[in-house]
Amino acid sequence: MASLSSPAELSRRGLLKAGGALLIGFSLAGKAVAQFGPPQGPDLQQIDSWIAVHADNTATILIGFVELGQGATTSLPQVAAEELDLGMDQVRTVAHETEVTPSQGGTYSSSAIANGRPQVQRAAAEARAELLRRAAAHLAAPIGALTVERGVVSVADEPARQVTYGELVGDRKFAMAMTGEAVAKDPSQYRLVGQRAPRRDLEAKVMGTFEYVQQKRLPGMLHARVIRPRGQGAFGSPPHIVSVEANGVLDNPRVRGLVQEGDFLAVFAEREWDAIAAARQVQVEWDIPASLPDSEDLYAAMRDKVVETNVVLEEGEPGPALLQASFAAQTPYQAHATMAPNCALADVGNGKARVWASSQDIYSLRGTLAGILGLAPTDITVTYAEGSGTYGHSLYDDVAIGAALLSQKLGAPVRLQYSREDEHGWDTFGPAHIGEVSLTCDEEGRLTNYAYDGWQHSWAFVETNDQLARGTPARGWPMGASRGVNPAVCGGMYKIAHRKLTDHVLAAEDWLRGAWLRSPLDLSFAFTSEQAVDILAASYGSDPVDFRRRNIRDERWQGVLDAAAEAANWDGPQLASSDGKLHGRGVGLGTHLRGWGGAVAEVEVDPETGKVRVSHLWGALDAGCAVNPDIVEAQITGQLVQTVSRMLYEEVHFTPEGVTTLDWNSYPVARFSDCPEITPVVVQRIDQPSSGAGEEVMAAAAAAIANAFHAATGKRMATFPFTPERVKAVLT
Amino acid sequence: MADTIEITVNGERHSVEADAATPLLYVLSDNLGLKGARFGCGLAQCGACSVLVDGREIRSCVTPVGTLTGAKITTAEGLSAANGNPHPLQEELIAAQAPQCGYCYGGMMVKAAELLATNPNPSRDEIVAHMDGHICRCGTYPRLLTAIEKAAARMRGNA
Repeated sequence: MASLSSPAELSRRGLLKAGGALLIGFSLAGKAVAQFGPPQGPDLQQIDSWIAVHADNTATILIGFVELGQGATTSLPQVAAEELDLGMDQVRTVAHETEVTPSQGGTYSSSAIANGRPQVQRAAAEARAELLRRAAAHLAAPIGALTVERGVVSVADEPARQVTYGELVGDRKFAMAMTGEAVAKDPSQYRLVGQRAPRRDLEAKVMGTFEYVQQKRLPGMLHARVIRPRGQGAFGSPPHIVSVEANGVLDNPRVRGLVQEGDFLAVFAEREWDAIAAARQVQVEWDIPASLPDSEDLYAAMRDKVVETNVVLEEGEPGPALLQASFAAQTPYQAHATMAPNCALADVGNGKARVWASSQDIYSLRGTLAGILGLAPTDITVTYAEGSGTYGHSLYDDVAIGAALLSQKLGAPVRLQYSREDEHGWDTFGPAHIGEVSLTCDEEGRLTNYAYDGWQHSWAFVETNDQLARGTPARGWPMGASRGVNPAVCGGMYKIAHRKLTDHVLAAEDWLRGAWLRSPLDLSFAFTSEQAVDILAASYGSDPVDFRRRNIRDERWQGVLDAAAEAANWDGPQLASSDGKLHGRGVGLGTHLRGWGGAVAEVEVDPETGKVRVSHLWGALDAGCAVNPDIVEAQITGQLVQTVSRMLYEEVHFTPEGVTTLDWNSYPVARFSDCPEITPVVVQRIDQPSSGAGEEVMAAAAAAIANAFHAATGKRMATFPFTPERVKAVLT
Repeated sequence: MADTIEITVNGERHSVEADAATPLLYVLSDNLGLKGARFGCGLAQCGACSVLVDGREIRSCVTPVGTLTGAKITTAEGLSAANGNPHPLQEELIAAQAPQCGYCYGGMMVKAAELLATNPNPSRDEIVAHMDGHICRCGTYPRLLTAIEKAAARMRGNA
């Protein structure tokens, strides 16, 4: 096979001269992948790693979290502006890039505000304290006599004596470590935090001029498409190439060639459309192992292949059991289904690499790329470039690895864009789940015994392009790092005398590639657990809201339960029906890791067609201090709409050879006409730590929808999505 | 092989080198460097790539550029007035803080603008029916709906 190393050699003529080779093979450095190596980046103890004050009395806040449409690049500057006594118009941010912005940890698990706020707050408080020290010396006044407004420091009773931050620092560095002594503002003094501030990225997005990573172009760049089987099989059983027939794609002079390494295959061209057309035209014979059960047989297969059983939690002492309720449910794989198929650009050469990707964690991606490219992490620059919302670990790292591999081989900048089919077929799915719950209450209706058993597999640790190109063996995350039965959702909102949670662990390699999908598995846990709570409440003869109040763990849970019930004017689950449809209301509680979520759903079911519609959904979220309540309301709304989608429409289907839901028709999601009336409620706790607002009300909403279905029909759904076929089967 | 095709986009005439069969989306992105029409599926299923052709919304990911000679094409960038003032819909989207990631909005906006140009007082049901072929995965439909209704009211007031 030809081995080419510079763009000049990549012309078709060059290929033909090289003996008519259609395939460019390449071999990789073969070094071990240092996945999640040391993040490095700017020294987190230096003020300059976080804040730069400019001569014009503005400041740049260096933020190590990414914008995913969740407003992080508005809310975190808001935190900094508050501590520094600057206006929102006086602070700006820069693109998140390795060695430029600090490593604050990845932007997942609702961490941007929960973890980022105290980090930014601390740095800003340190900067403010230093600025006041300098101002005191400059103005010859004690620090205690100084006030600050919009970055102008003045002596309280002599406002003419003043100096600006810009005059004090003026684009020079602080050049000092944090003292650990600066005190953050008391929440009672807040002027910006807790207020609505407009998103700073929306104007460009609305005017149509915003550049997403999918639209970024580099000079001299080649467009690439991967060629894979139409949908993946089991994570541990990747497909193998038997033969490749170029089938005339190089007759188009703008198609520059094919690259094969192991089972990684891509075509590249000067123009994107040529690459797309060529990718369709190339004929590949694949060896595709029959590695999965049929999706119809999934749950029986899961019970058969348990590799390990672990007690996640056991607490308390068993109590008296007057009444008992149990419920079992099984829930499907679901997809991130991002609007924009993932895309990344890479320019690798001369021992350096530059990569633009929409990764949720650019520092860990850099560590992964270092191992794959055989470069030191410090020779790689990864710049975050926003794609569409991804709602968890989709294919952004996978596509970045593919782009980097191709660029390293071709010696030219490469843009790798996935197709819709690549995205739906090769996603890292939210795993399937089986849940069984049993619970009891005593004579006073107090929960006494709770047991939850969950069957699920852990997440995939190796990206597809790494597997295909390098033969890197499939490897699951240690179970603790992915999601087993979640104590916060499985009974965690109640006082229970005895609680036991058990994981039945499946091997990641045996199943579809899994990863975190917004509120991972929590919808499944709450769907199972909160339906059982309703069953027990009914046995006890109690209203489901009253029964939950009777057992509620603490005031935070009580707060969201009351807020959701009050917003919905809760008056019991039954609703009158006069239109031939069945109507009902349900309530649910849930969260992800931190935070408190409560929801009420109103559902209508057409018994003739089996069609379910959620007509109104109320969601109350206590995220601690909501830095920007407008953004939190938007996040609640998005969570509620996505929960409707996941409960009513979304399911990944597959055969033993692979996934068959490859587009928006076979994998439908909620559209305008499916969207209920939505009432988001922010339970503001301004003096509390922020606990994250991106995924904490979905579990509650899933449970509320399930309980509302029962209120409407008298039947319980033991799986989702609630397709018309399943609903009709349950109703007859 | 490449043809020379004359198209008019956002009021400007362009002569582009492309195969006549190339979908318009790739000409807008690669030849003209426009950002408003965005790749979502290539299957005319999601609406992220929508543009207006003589005022009617089409899916640029499946429409061959060779069929558009002489047509007036409008992308999201072209919704604003000639003086650069935003379309009332764009102002209301900002006021409602509607988008989250915003990726679908290039198509959403031209689809809504198509409705507002022909129906000054659409009912909520008419808006929903008109917009139903466009997916927003972030689930921003409620704020988007509010913004469309307010834009319609404002345009009636200005008329």
